[in-house]
Amino acid sequence: MSAVLIATVVIGLVGIAVGIALVYIGNKFHVEVDERETAIREVLPGNNCGACGYAGCDAVAAAIVAGEADAAACPVGGAPVTEKINAIMGTHSEAGARRVAFVRCNGTCEHTSTKNNYVGIRDCRAVVMSQLYPWDCDYGCMGFGTCAAVCPQNAISVKDGAAVVDSESCIGCGLCVKECPKNLIELVPYGQKTIVQCMNRDKGKDVKLVCEVGCIGCRLCTKQCETGAITVDGNLAHIDYSLCSDCGKCAGKCPQKTITGAS
Amino acid sequence: MSMNTFRGGVHPEGHKELSSGASFESYLPRGEMIYPLGQHIGRPASPVVKKGDRVLAGQLIAEASAFVSANIVSGCSGTVKAVDRHRTIAGTFTDCVIIENDGLYETLPGVGVKVDPSSLTKEEILAKIKDAGIIGMGGAGFPTHVKLAPKNPDGIRYVIANGAECEPYITCDDHLMREHADQIMAGLEVVLSLFPHAEGVVIIEKNKPEAIAAMQKAAEGRGRIRIMPVPVKYPQGGERSCISVVAGVHYGITELPADVGCVVDNVGTIYAIYKAVCESTPLMERGVTITGEAVKRPCNLMTRIGVSCGELLEAAGGFKDGTEAVKVLAGGPMMGIAFDNLNVPLQKNNNALTFLVRDEVAEAERIQTPCIRCGRCSRVCPQGLTPQMMSAAFEKKDYDRYENKLHGLECISCGSCTFICPAKRPLTQEFKIAKAEIMAIKRAAKEKEGAKA
Repeated sequence: MSAVLIATVVIGLVGIAVGIALVYIGNKFHVEVDERETAIREVLPGNNCGACGYAGCDAVAAAIVAGEADAAACPVGGAPVTEKINAIMGTHSEAGARRVAFVRCNGTCEHTSTKNNYVGIRDCRAVVMSQLYPWDCDYGCMGFGTCAAVCPQNAISVKDGAAVVDSESCIGCGLCVKECPKNLIELVPYGQKTIVQCMNRDKGKDVKLVCEVGCIGCRLCTKQCETGAITVDGNLAHIDYSLCSDCGKCAGKCPQKTITGAS
Repeated sequence: MSMNTFRGGVHPEGHKELSSGASFESYLPRGEMIYPLGQHIGRPASPVVKKGDRVLAGQLIAEASAFVSANIVSGCSGTVKAVDRHRTIAGTFTDCVIIENDGLYETLPGVGVKVDPSSLTKEEILAKIKDAGIIGMGGAGFPTHVKLAPKNPDGIRYVIANGAECEPYITCDDHLMREHADQIMAGLEVVLSLFPHAEGVVIIEKNKPEAIAAMQKAAEGRGRIRIMPVPVKYPQGGERSCISVVAGVHYGITELPADVGCVVDNVGTIYAIYKAVCESTPLMERGVTITGEAVKRPCNLMTRIGVSCGELLEAAGGFKDGTEAVKVLAGGPMMGIAFDNLNVPLQKNNNALTFLVRDEVAEAERIQTPCIRCGRCSRVCPQGLTPQMMSAAFEKKDYDRYENKLHGLECISCGSCTFICPAKRPLTQEFKIAKAEIMAIKRAAKEKEGAKA
């Protein structure tokens, strides 16, 4: 009986001692966390995708509280998240328009053909290293899905040999933009229909040989544009989205059907 | 102390019998000649001719633009058609001097004049090598005049002439040694005259008995040169393997052969040095093996640099009746690079074109399995690395572990691990990507630092 009592007393005393020690240590090493930081962390999406340029959502929350980052720093959250952060921080930042990734190549099996039987690692970076592009066009999407592998939202799929981004599920984090070894992916405003879907900078004659839907740099689109948004540089048309009214007239005139969103 | 052989290594099938019986044939190209400005390691050369200029064989068409760079000399007479982008063997488009060949092969006056090398000073010899545009002709293409001017020429103990030719299929160095042994010896003596304390060693694999005999005969009476027959093992022809065998030392990627007292040059380079110094002939010609099961008449050609690869295939009789190459390689099957367009020029550092009827890489890919952890790759790695762990680190993108823990940057891409792997893992290709990505990250970090400072 006494053994049970002794054990109970010893365990009880040890428990009390440890409890006191823990409270003391807890106070001693207490780290002051700004309440706003916790609140901001809760309204952020929590993907830890890194699109803001910080290491993750915790890091950007700390940066916003420290005044290093803007309340609109999270491009993924967009306007609703910025509004909530504004409320917490008492700022009046405005979120940028939502942007989504877009693959500027339409070189599917239907429009171009293969010139060699590439074997080896099924990774676009490996193909670039070997310079053995399986498709006729050296500029286009190779369709091995290196971009799809890094997408945190599974928004990218490879269809008929070219990658396609689902703009509904894309959060615009830009990881695929950095990953694509051919620099084919671009962030465009959400809802933008008129986009030049080609990155081939060769002369028109050479482009026609390798792809049915490649930009030949004919400049017909620049003549159609009323807002002066289209420029042709190095045999390739490019649209300045801040000027583009998305009217689709250029797409209607494009002889190669390279520009999407014909009205 | 020297060792009998180097660490690791594999024994791929030689296939050298296809072209080893064929002596060098001289082939003068008829079609247009293309000279990529960046066919060596270092800064691309800058062109000194323009469209419409008439050039002669042996005339300088592009000059070295930096210390590590090399001159380029025309191999034919004709008119400069353009200085424009053209596809090269590497698959990329680079700036090239394109010359319309008139087929006359008029040479520049002064080319071919015999010179006694003992009458030249060291500086004159190096200047002649630089003017001739000589680069490492075994494959890497490092400018030779830079290699032969180390910081401490007195500290060089060995000048190694590399005639190992361990790569399957290729026989051009073999025939160069059989047919031009005296010239190679004279060239090696020229190089030795730059390094007072060095011994000349010629490494030849034992599967080339004729070459060994010819070189031994030519070496008689030359006290500073010895011939060293070595066991047949790939990658014997690698610079590190040569130094390991001759000097018995290993060195890391931060060091150069000169730091361990060695200079290694391919026998083709040594022959080019002889031509440049003793016969005043710049580098416009090289031996090249056209081989593979798909070729009608596998042969060794002594041809002009800049000729199109398609023309060389025709010179070898084209494809065998009823066959077609499924894989075209510049170089041999172990380290050669595949390319898909024959309208590309032969470069100074291309020693062979191999046309294969079987794509063994594609066959291997079909039976590829996950790593079975047998460890054979570590056993054969000549650098003493652990390819199976490097591969795992690459797949996880753990580049810090790849570089610092596993020393993956020491990989020389010889392909021994991929060759031996029973699971058919594409190890070498993975390491090539990993190395390129790590170098890109380092470059970006350096640029960032430069921007800050």
